[in-house]
Amino acid sequence: MITIENISKTYGETRAVQDVSLTVEAGELFGLIGPDGAGKTTLFKMLVTLLLPDAGRATVAGRDVVRDYRALRSVVGYMPGRFSLYPDLSVEENLQFFATVFGTSIAANYELIREIYVQLEPFKNRRAGALSGGMKQKLALCCALIHKPEVLFLDEPTTGVDAVSRKEFWEMLGSLKKRGLTIMVSTPYMDEASLCDRIALMQTGKILAINTPSGVERLFDKPLFAVKANDTYHLIQDLRKAPFTITCYAFGEFLHLTTQDGISENDIESYLAERQHQAVEIRRIEAGIEDSFMNLMQHG
Amino acid sequence: MDKAVTTNKLTKKFGDFVATNEITFEVAQGEIFGFLGANGAGKTTAMRMLCGLLKPTSGEATVAGYNVYTQSEQIKQRIGYMSQRFSLYEDLTVRENIRFYGGIYGLSRADLKTKSANIIQELGLGSVADTLVESLPLGWKQRLAFSVALIHDPKVVFLDEPTGGVDPITRRQFWDKIYEAAHNGTTIFVTTHYMDEAEYCHRVSIMVDGRIKALDTPAELKRAYGVNSMDGVFQILARGKSAL
Repeated sequence: MITIENISKTYGETRAVQDVSLTVEAGELFGLIGPDGAGKTTLFKMLVTLLLPDAGRATVAGRDVVRDYRALRSVVGYMPGRFSLYPDLSVEENLQFFATVFGTSIAANYELIREIYVQLEPFKNRRAGALSGGMKQKLALCCALIHKPEVLFLDEPTTGVDAVSRKEFWEMLGSLKKRGLTIMVSTPYMDEASLCDRIALMQTGKILAINTPSGVERLFDKPLFAVKANDTYHLIQDLRKAPFTITCYAFGEFLHLTTQDGISENDIESYLAERQHQAVEIRRIEAGIEDSFMNLMQHG
Repeated sequence: MDKAVTTNKLTKKFGDFVATNEITFEVAQGEIFGFLGANGAGKTTAMRMLCGLLKPTSGEATVAGYNVYTQSEQIKQRIGYMSQRFSLYEDLTVRENIRFYGGIYGLSRADLKTKSANIIQELGLGSVADTLVESLPLGWKQRLAFSVALIHDPKVVFLDEPTGGVDPITRRQFWDKIYEAAHNGTTIFVTTHYMDEAEYCHRVSIMVDGRIKALDTPAELKRAYGVNSMDGVFQILARGKSAL
């Protein structure tokens, strides 16, 4: 449904997207995972024909992003990272506007947005600019869907959104996927990556890996331990100085310690005992997506 | 008094809307205090009152021992503040930003010189010290903003979603700095949407609809709600139903 071949974009001296290639299957929920500056937005803009690539080519739903840009625009829905609706128009007027621009009506495609729009309907006369963050996000999604696109592009829809609204948003994406929509979504939140069928990890314009979430986890190839003790600050300091340590980072309630091969819980325990750490807990764990991403960032 | 922040039934109303509803809590000196809540729960309003930027409607609060009603200027001099949206001047250089904030807080010329050199060296910004802040990567800006927020050795530093958008390594390097500041006795008052970061706090409060619904250590909250992560606790409280 989406094919990208060796696409690149440079702004001045900044190589925003460097030689990126990937394909997304029809009906897939595909995640672009990476921090600010990874090139996610630039890639999205090239795919929805708002930016011309410097090199490479891409097609969406069989249309070339340069040659067939007009035809392409009617089959994609795009929700930009920044709120881009008309703040002075009401909820309903915004939706009406986007439907009209694409030559359709709210009624014609109401079924597609019903589940989401019912939550907005009590506020349909409110100005879009006066909506809460979560509501704005829902309205933007409705506006991106109202012309019944084949492919949906969502650029960081959940950035700055609280954990509860993020979860609701991903539930909405799940039900859109069930209807057969192809969805490409970007996010800086690693926990959202596990909700995608496949993900691409991006960093400074390049793709580090493309795989299923569990495939990405399996890329991690070193011993990994979760470690905890009374004094987290000194625990980090001491573990980073340990001869067996490769990296040590805070990870929720535990520290995640990556070590050289052949290190056991006992080795770590005796090292920490020598340094008077109290209430030490150590256990070997499987890597998550975030562990894998951090590992790939450092070692390519 | 070794409490960095105290509030008693602190309330703010905007017309009929009660943004912050009788919140009561204390934060100890040197504590990392996580101030969580859904969008619109009233966190920003509460923080603005504690920073001396907004007069409460009722209730009491002190920050660094000063009263938020009558001593807001003393409070402003003794706190640091950083948010993702507003922190540094993009069209000033690294060195100019440091000098500007140092000047605002009344650091002497000699102090400022030492501080400036320390910050630049500690953050490894030597090669970009005279570069405009706008051209720095987000992660560098965030760490610089944090150092600048600490330039006058404040008793309490307020961090409003300080780590949004950065990569997971940079995010953790930022938390290393938070731990270090807390270890040196600075009280950290922080909001975040990353639930793993909630685990890094000594204690966490969760606001729902203007009220504090829960306040305890992460371990105690997880035990009380029978879940294994702070995300689980947050989903139960803020959504009002099970995370499953």
